[in-house]
Amino acid sequence: MPQIFHHSTNFLARLSIFGAVFILVAAVWVLAEINRSSWNTGQWTERQQPVQFSHKHHSGDDGIDCRYCHTSVETSSNAGMPSTQTCMNCHSQIWADSPYLEPVRESWRTGKPIEWTRVHDLPDYAYFNHSIHVNKGVGCSTCHGKVDEMPIMYQASSLQMEWCLECHRAPERFVRPREQVFNMEWRRENTTTEQLAQGRELVSANHIRGPLSLTSCSTCHR
Amino acid sequence: MASRDRHINFALMRDRILADGEGGNGKQYWRSLEEFSETEEFRQLVEREFPQAAEEWDDPIERRTFLKLMGASLALAGLSACTYQPPEKIVPYVTQPEEIVPGKALFFATAMQMVGVATGLLAKSNEGRPTKLEGNPDHPGSRGATDVFAQASLLDLYDPDRSQTLTFREEIRPWSNFLEDMGRAISAARARRGAGLRFLTETVTSPTLAAQLRAIFTEFPQARLHQYEPAGRDGARNGAMLAFGQAVNTIYRFDQADRIFSIDSDFLSCGPGSLAYAADFANRRRVTREQREMNRLYVVETTLTNTGAKADHRLALRPSELEGFVRAVAGALGVQLGAAGGQGTGAGAHANWVGALARDLQQSRGRSIIIPGDEQSAVVHALAHAMNDALGNTGKTVIYTDPIEAFPEDQMQSLRALVADMNAGQVETLVILGGNPVYNAPADLSFGESLNKVALRVHLSVYKDETSELCHWHIPEAHYLESWGDTRAHDGTATIIQPLIAPLYGGRTAHELLSVFSTQTDRTAYDILRSYWQGQMRSGGAATGAGRAAGGAATQGAATASGQPAAGGASQPAAGSAATTARNNTNSSDQTTDATATTAASTPGPVTPATAGTASPSPDFENLWRKAVHDGVIPNTALPAKTVSLKADWASQLSAPAAQPSSNQDELEIVFRTDPSIYDGRFANNGWLQELPKPLTKLTWDNALMLSPTTANRFGFKNDIGIKGGDVLVSTANLSYQGRTLAAVPVWILPGQPDGVITVHLGYGRRRAGHIGTGRGHNAYLVRTSDAPWAGAGARVSNTGEYYPLATTQLHFGMENRDVVRSRTLEEYLKASAEGEHEEARDPEHKPGQDESMYPPYDYSKQNAWGMVIDTTTCVGCNACVVACQAENNIPVVGKEQVMRSREMHWLRIDAYFKGDPNYPDGPEFMPVPCMHCENAPCEPVCPVHATVHDTEGLNVMVYNRCVGTRYCSNNCPYKVRRFNFHLYQDFNTPTYQLMRNPDVSVRSRGVMEKCTYCIQRIQWAKIESEKEGRPIADGEVVTACQAVCPTQAIIFGDSNDPGSRVAELKREKRNYGLLADLNTQPRTTYLWSLRNPNTEIPDKA
Repeated sequence: MPQIFHHSTNFLARLSIFGAVFILVAAVWVLAEINRSSWNTGQWTERQQPVQFSHKHHSGDDGIDCRYCHTSVETSSNAGMPSTQTCMNCHSQIWADSPYLEPVRESWRTGKPIEWTRVHDLPDYAYFNHSIHVNKGVGCSTCHGKVDEMPIMYQASSLQMEWCLECHRAPERFVRPREQVFNMEWRRENTTTEQLAQGRELVSANHIRGPLSLTSCSTCHR
Repeated sequence: MASRDRHINFALMRDRILADGEGGNGKQYWRSLEEFSETEEFRQLVEREFPQAAEEWDDPIERRTFLKLMGASLALAGLSACTYQPPEKIVPYVTQPEEIVPGKALFFATAMQMVGVATGLLAKSNEGRPTKLEGNPDHPGSRGATDVFAQASLLDLYDPDRSQTLTFREEIRPWSNFLEDMGRAISAARARRGAGLRFLTETVTSPTLAAQLRAIFTEFPQARLHQYEPAGRDGARNGAMLAFGQAVNTIYRFDQADRIFSIDSDFLSCGPGSLAYAADFANRRRVTREQREMNRLYVVETTLTNTGAKADHRLALRPSELEGFVRAVAGALGVQLGAAGGQGTGAGAHANWVGALARDLQQSRGRSIIIPGDEQSAVVHALAHAMNDALGNTGKTVIYTDPIEAFPEDQMQSLRALVADMNAGQVETLVILGGNPVYNAPADLSFGESLNKVALRVHLSVYKDETSELCHWHIPEAHYLESWGDTRAHDGTATIIQPLIAPLYGGRTAHELLSVFSTQTDRTAYDILRSYWQGQMRSGGAATGAGRAAGGAATQGAATASGQPAAGGASQPAAGSAATTARNNTNSSDQTTDATATTAASTPGPVTPATAGTASPSPDFENLWRKAVHDGVIPNTALPAKTVSLKADWASQLSAPAAQPSSNQDELEIVFRTDPSIYDGRFANNGWLQELPKPLTKLTWDNALMLSPTTANRFGFKNDIGIKGGDVLVSTANLSYQGRTLAAVPVWILPGQPDGVITVHLGYGRRRAGHIGTGRGHNAYLVRTSDAPWAGAGARVSNTGEYYPLATTQLHFGMENRDVVRSRTLEEYLKASAEGEHEEARDPEHKPGQDESMYPPYDYSKQNAWGMVIDTTTCVGCNACVVACQAENNIPVVGKEQVMRSREMHWLRIDAYFKGDPNYPDGPEFMPVPCMHCENAPCEPVCPVHATVHDTEGLNVMVYNRCVGTRYCSNNCPYKVRRFNFHLYQDFNTPTYQLMRNPDVSVRSRGVMEKCTYCIQRIQWAKIESEKEGRPIADGEVVTACQAVCPTQAIIFGDSNDPGSRVAELKREKRNYGLLADLNTQPRTTYLWSLRNPNTEIPDKA
């Protein structure tokens, strides 16, 4: 009786076994990449706002400090959003008639707040605190990018947990002297040997906890 | 339903007791009668991973339908993930208020009043939303702690069932309509000089409200005020009248007392001043290396209370025996009772007890307290006054002042008079301010029927309830967190009630409603309050306490009301925060830090002493006022002690001892008590309180007739462990008492209840309470009469043969037969401690070393090592910690059906362990059990997805997002402290609940395990604040929610690596032991032995 399967079918069997492994791995990799993609994270997506506010103009061209508007960034978990009154401090004098600013003036007249669209939205189970990062020497631009070059605000980082952990595992790669925290020109990441050495010094000077403590679940989740 | 034969019942248990003679299986402690008798069924129950049927599918949806739906939802699940989350909005202020920093909570002083007595509070406000209540450390009635009612009152504020509209005969009307209607009634009343105008209130202590009422009575001389509280204090008032000829307020100094004799008084968990009393009491029981003495507590009572559970000697007496017993004690103490009084006859079988007690009290003359319960008769109160006098306690441990009530009166008489006048047609207009008399007035008065004879009926209340239904006008009342007002603490200290939020539903306060009767009908409560105190402080009234004789002065001062803005939610708290600023100017401390300091860091006090001198000029008033609003108390308003002396003929006026009720075996005595959870029914719609296991029965969602084991057996009543787990099938009884009946009331067998006595809790059986409270339990007010509101004889019960399921948590999360609670007497302890024994060392079981583990050890010595010590000696089982935990950590309410399946979600439970004979048990000992945060946590290795892991500071943390709901961790937890969301228990949809939640704690959804986190959000807060300032976390900076509210400081939390911390100090105590430490779990939560201080002269069983 002849064999049902020809000897060469063994090759097909092997190919399908290895192929299945490959296809599975590839599928996992594709899914992971989709998950990391800006299509999923919303990174680089510019958000339309009720007022065409330009950080590039205010922070970059005019040189207004971040803290003029985001007042509680050094003291509270929340960086704080400027009240309408903060806008009107200047815009009752300059560009007082600009049609772009009509929503601001309307808010000021009616007492109805401006509803801004949130750009950086962390999941609700992650409890991020601005003040401790700023006080330990994490610069604004490290997470938010070169805001002074953004006419329309977008999310510069993925805001995924692996992104948070990059720094929590090795803070020396990112910390900067405290006086440079609000400096948009400062490097976003320490890369050279000297920069890393400075980073390590800052980690110890600012009493930044070790990676084990910083990567404990309870550091960010409650 | 499965056959009842499968379940254990009382008959089985009785046989077991009789067979074993002394005490069941000889086990020392037991939590329920079933455990005591240890039947096979009970063994099976505790050996299950989850109590029986906890995992059974018996929802109304059939299995096939479920599978179909699951198939469809699985198919669609992929699609639903393909949507972006809708973008969120950020809405900043138009004008940023100075104090409000987003992300930082503010605390404002306010107060809650119950029965006219204030508990001072600090309310936490997150961006204008009150989210948590803490005690006000500056307030004498709180001292930083709260009771369960104050904790849970936050939920009432956000209750969607609250009354939301002003109605006239159920039709929505505007306020102006009400003003017109009242205008007509008022002018008619004015023509009659106020005849026919009546006000019915709860107990009035508010100085401002009293002044408003007095002003009204000046204008309407014939108008009358009636006060009624279902749980009033008429006995105390009448007792004082009997003894002294005048009403007094009695304040007890437990910090000065060595010996305490409580006559049915539950002063540790209920009643005026209980938080302060519990604190003082516990401080005298906290045995440390320095303090080697304890006070001694004797309790004579009917129904077991928390105070009775803490007693060194407790005697359960029938209500009819109690007065005779007290007379006997009075006789033994040398009080002359005269002929009519009849010297003690009631001691009888307890002569030993009486003798030993009297000797012990006499050895502590001037350092003892005899405290009668508010439910006791005037005679008992008079006797207690006389005994305190005979013991020289008056002026030392027992202080008398003027009453804190603005209009002290016999409230039951007052209500009777009102009902008589209503029946006689003499009441034209009745204004009911708060309260719910249609529901809770005694049955014999038929208040509802009489009310219908009144021509115009107005009811102000937070809920639309049974009384609102019968009134023409119903006015929604503002919750106290929405209103300005004032009240008094148990010592008379005037206390400001400050709003945290603008009224959610446009509610009005009593002040605003009463202003309708004045010439200015549109004054806000803030204006009324402020102008009253302006008058007081100017006239020096603040210094002399009270301005109780101020008459209508306040309302005349109305014209001077200042322009302090009080409208709108944002500006109201701002008045308080302005006070913060004012205070901080004198403090020169950082304002923001101070305003947001957690409650535990006791408010710093270097403030200019408020000398409310005479004729203060206006700027001074502004400062005083702002300080008073900031602190929550008006300084120097505590009532001064006054000297009262016994009337010469007081003894002869005592009524003769009541005849012993007939010894008819079928007739029982009945006792009415307020419910430990929902009080007199006012909290019936509060889910936190309904689901709170009652301290001694662990019942939830129901009330029951409570009987002793022997009496229950006589009538054939049974309590059977049910088939689901937490349900107990109990017999039901028909109760008849004085011609009134209650049908099919469940019967609960309560150890420690005297034979022949039924106890029933008031507050249930509400007909119109809301979604949660309506129809729950049985209404005991239907058989309560005005002549004997608290106790009576001649009740009959009959067994219906039917069964009723009760939800109890007593058997849940059992720890099998391990020796978990440890107790010994002070004498034994001192002896052992003198011999240098350490509990850990004398531990009978094998005490494994830390290295005896399969897993590598971790070195925690470099960081903070968070730990907790719970002192079972001072824990009074009041449950405040359980509710505080629920409020702090967004813990959902699951409902009776789910509690019956052991699915309650409380992260913290309080186990109650009785000891000895079920008829005369010792204890129970209370043992709060949160997560132990074991260093070798058994839950961690069994989790397949690493959803529960340790952090570097030794906390056992739960990662909700990783949890897939295998429940292996709960299975492997020896302490059974993990809770699983079997269903979507959280209410995500009700908008008001969204305002209430703590923004710093994740809200858990279905299918996730959760448990105590040691309040990780508070630890992280302190950690971040301290690191920003570059300093280590100070001891006491992290206070867990349970610790913060504990009146007796039985829970201490801190860094056990810091040798100077309180927690480390307590862990070095010889009383310290780890629960089930022989399992080598290395628990971070440890316990201190419970110590008792019995009198050796009294035999164990009296």
